Amino acid sequence: MEIHHQRRGTTLLVTMKGELDLLTAPIFRAQVDQELETFERLSSLILDLGKVDFIDSSGLGAILGRYKRIRQRGGKLLLVNAQPQVQKILELSGLDKIMPLFPNAERALEHL
Amino acid sequence: MSAAQNHMRMEFPSLPENVAFARTTVAVFASQLDFTLDELDEIKVATSEAVSNTVIHAYGKGTGTVTLCCQIFPDRLEVELVDEGIGIEDVDKALEPAYTTVPEERMGLGLVFINEYMDVLSIESKPGQGTKVHMVKYVKAPKPDGV
Repeated sequence: MEIHHQRRGTTLLVTMKGELDLLTAPIFRAQVDQELETFERLSSLILDLGKVDFIDSSGLGAILGRYKRIRQRGGKLLLVNAQPQVQKILELSGLDKIMPLFPNAERALEHL
Repeated sequence: MSAAQNHMRMEFPSLPENVAFARTTVAVFASQLDFTLDELDEIKVATSEAVSNTVIHAYGKGTGTVTLCCQIFPDRLEVELVDEGIGIEDVDKALEPAYTTVPEERMGLGLVFINEYMDVLSIESKPGQGTKVHMVKYVKAPKPDGV
């Protein structure tokens, strides 16, 4: 799992590559939480899932945890670029109801 | 009941590092049958959930052995996952959506996904006597009772 993050104003844009599961979810969680703790003005999170080719409930749990943190700051968590199999899991879990899906980061940024 | 055309069995410690290994192995083995790529993805998710549950729950904070068996039949894949861990007190409760004994960032959706993606899921477990998870996926997904 490769994770890159970039701050754009009060938004943290996180790009992930690989598989988000029981092994890699803690890495994602630690990196995002560290950014959120270091930069308290960050109030929104955009997760680019374009290069995530596998996700299961462990990965979804880690995303949901970040959603809760960002909500506590009054912000939003938006998902972009999900591959079909990832999108199916998001729909099955109901997470797509609380975290809107966008085709790319620019469209998501416009929504904030 | 026809005999299995092929089978495999492997053992590994209940470590998170082995979850991806297990799901990939099962999906590759399953590809001997005429599953679609979407169905192979579904088998990967179901296996990942089953193995993750074992890693998280079966041996508490310790590590134990997980045995994974797969059988190929002309019309189906059967997957069996066995541990000798602490077992499940109430299997019916464990099958309820959103039920989890580890609430911190666990969604309790693992068995929901398995139910969605596999045609048969059965769990045998008793406290202190381990757990056996049995999953079946049919080729082109006809239901076992023809419904």
